[in-house]
Amino acid sequence: MTTPASSAIAPAPPLRRVSLTIAQGRDIRRNGMEWFVFMLLRAAILIVAAALVIIVGFLVKNGISVINWQFLTEAPRNNMTEGGVWPCIVGTLLLSLGSMAVALPLGVASAIYLHEYARPGTLMRVIRLGVNNLAGVPSVVFGLFGLGFFVTAMKLGVSLAAGWLTLGALCLPVVIGTAEEALRNVPATYREASLALGGTKWQTIWRVVLPSALPGILTGSILGIGRAAGETAAIMFTAAVFYTPKMPSSMFSDVMALPYHIYVLATAGTEIEKTRPLQYGTSLVLIALVLGMNLAAILLRAWLQKRHGH
Amino acid sequence: MHRRTKEALIKQVFLATAVTSLAILALIMIFLFMEGLPTFHFVSIKGFLGGLDWYPTDEARPDYGILPLIAASGAVTTLSSLLAIPLGVMSAVYLAEIANPKVRAIAKPVVEMLASLPSVVIGFFGMVVLAPFLQDHFDIPVGLNLFNASLMLAFMSVPTIASVSEDAIYAVPRELKEASLALGATHLETLLRVTIPAALSGIGTAVILGMSRAIGETMVVLMVAGGAAVLPDSLFGPVRPMPASIAAEMAEAPFRSNHYHALFAIAMVLFVVTLGFNVLADYISHKHRQVGSASL
Repeated sequence: MTTPASSAIAPAPPLRRVSLTIAQGRDIRRNGMEWFVFMLLRAAILIVAAALVIIVGFLVKNGISVINWQFLTEAPRNNMTEGGVWPCIVGTLLLSLGSMAVALPLGVASAIYLHEYARPGTLMRVIRLGVNNLAGVPSVVFGLFGLGFFVTAMKLGVSLAAGWLTLGALCLPVVIGTAEEALRNVPATYREASLALGGTKWQTIWRVVLPSALPGILTGSILGIGRAAGETAAIMFTAAVFYTPKMPSSMFSDVMALPYHIYVLATAGTEIEKTRPLQYGTSLVLIALVLGMNLAAILLRAWLQKRHGH
Repeated sequence: MHRRTKEALIKQVFLATAVTSLAILALIMIFLFMEGLPTFHFVSIKGFLGGLDWYPTDEARPDYGILPLIAASGAVTTLSSLLAIPLGVMSAVYLAEIANPKVRAIAKPVVEMLASLPSVVIGFFGMVVLAPFLQDHFDIPVGLNLFNASLMLAFMSVPTIASVSEDAIYAVPRELKEASLALGATHLETLLRVTIPAALSGIGTAVILGMSRAIGETMVVLMVAGGAAVLPDSLFGPVRPMPASIAAEMAEAPFRSNHYHALFAIAMVLFVVTLGFNVLADYISHKHRQVGSASL
């Protein structure tokens, strides 16, 4: 028992002064290391939070002075160097709500199949792979697809309808994912109770499962609308135009949209520096819209989780 | 209608809808190839993928070499991943294992909100804030460059990496951690030697999905990468990644011209690359899926 190392190997040796200090030293080093690593992890999340705060804070600081009733309700004037963003707000709302009208029924029905009907196997695997891959397709590729298929082949032209279909396809995986989660959160006992009472599978889904999953599905569709509202690359060849003096009158009208308006003003406008305040203002309106939707969805989900008690 | 028949019919209707996603994916592929493949009538595959010059609008002798665009995409994706992977994974570990419920209840929505920021807004921020900042502090000619684009892209892929990794870490069975703690390991040792290794396939999936998001992201690289179709030679040089080229040039390319077809061919390359990334992510998450604690 002369070296400290042997005390570590021997079963329950009498604790001597020297081995105790080594163990203590090791503990301090372990704790110090742990403290350091946890600090690093904390720093990482702080950087992420700071990024959000800086970006949003910067836009609020520079954009808030531009926002007033005129800015929100007037059309752009004088080669888009003055005036407001009303047509862009209308365009973005029409595009995002319309795309959800396309994606929601398809997405919910797909989720019902995947969660309620499908059995694990090749078919389910392939459908899931399809959904996952659709989620990964770059938005500019959706834009080109929309241009080739909806605008050109289906002869819809650059229009709201083409934008709805393109954005609907883009949001489909988001809707499927959240709808499936909503279905997963419906307790199996609900289904069993309905089936035990003699309900068919469809009656169970329609009268029991869907009503319970509805708030969760609503959360998903709010997220989908937010996603569609902020999308730029997918609409720049399919629905949005640089400038149009006309408000949309039918589903075949082209529209102005907030994200594309920001891009146009910031990169291709006639006087990029002069319209800087308009760019800040438009960005602020867009993030207020998108973050507002997300906040609503997050609060709705928190409320749901509280209600379900998990 | 007979009850059974009706039920069977309803099931078929749902199956048909569920196949929509696959159908859209197939349509995307068909249209990209239909409009993209004619490119190879006027330029060889080797000349297209390996060509160093991208001058599609040159009147006399247009060039359709996209190697600089591929290299630019590769460079911004790699650089942004170097920033986003540590940040995303560390945030995930913090959220899943260390944060107390109150902090978590605030931090998780913050990550989700960052994910929901429209890319055009992030691009705009890069243009008006980061670009002048870089120009002033690093003494470089253009603020719109490879580094700026990578940094902005990193903040777009961090939320993807963080939330997918967090799910994976969260799903590690409790018994594994308890066993480790019971053996006398500290919280940190348990984290590094038990929890993270057990969640590694999920983290791998997260990283690949994050990279796939970065490579396909359009508005950010369109607005802040600088737009020069040259091989990236320095951290602060302007570049033109593939999505930027498509988005910037499509509006000007005459319908079914050579330029138009070439842009679809670039989208084809982009599509194949992201598809590859996603299939790989799917493969990893299925191959090494954690099924209960027994499979370890």
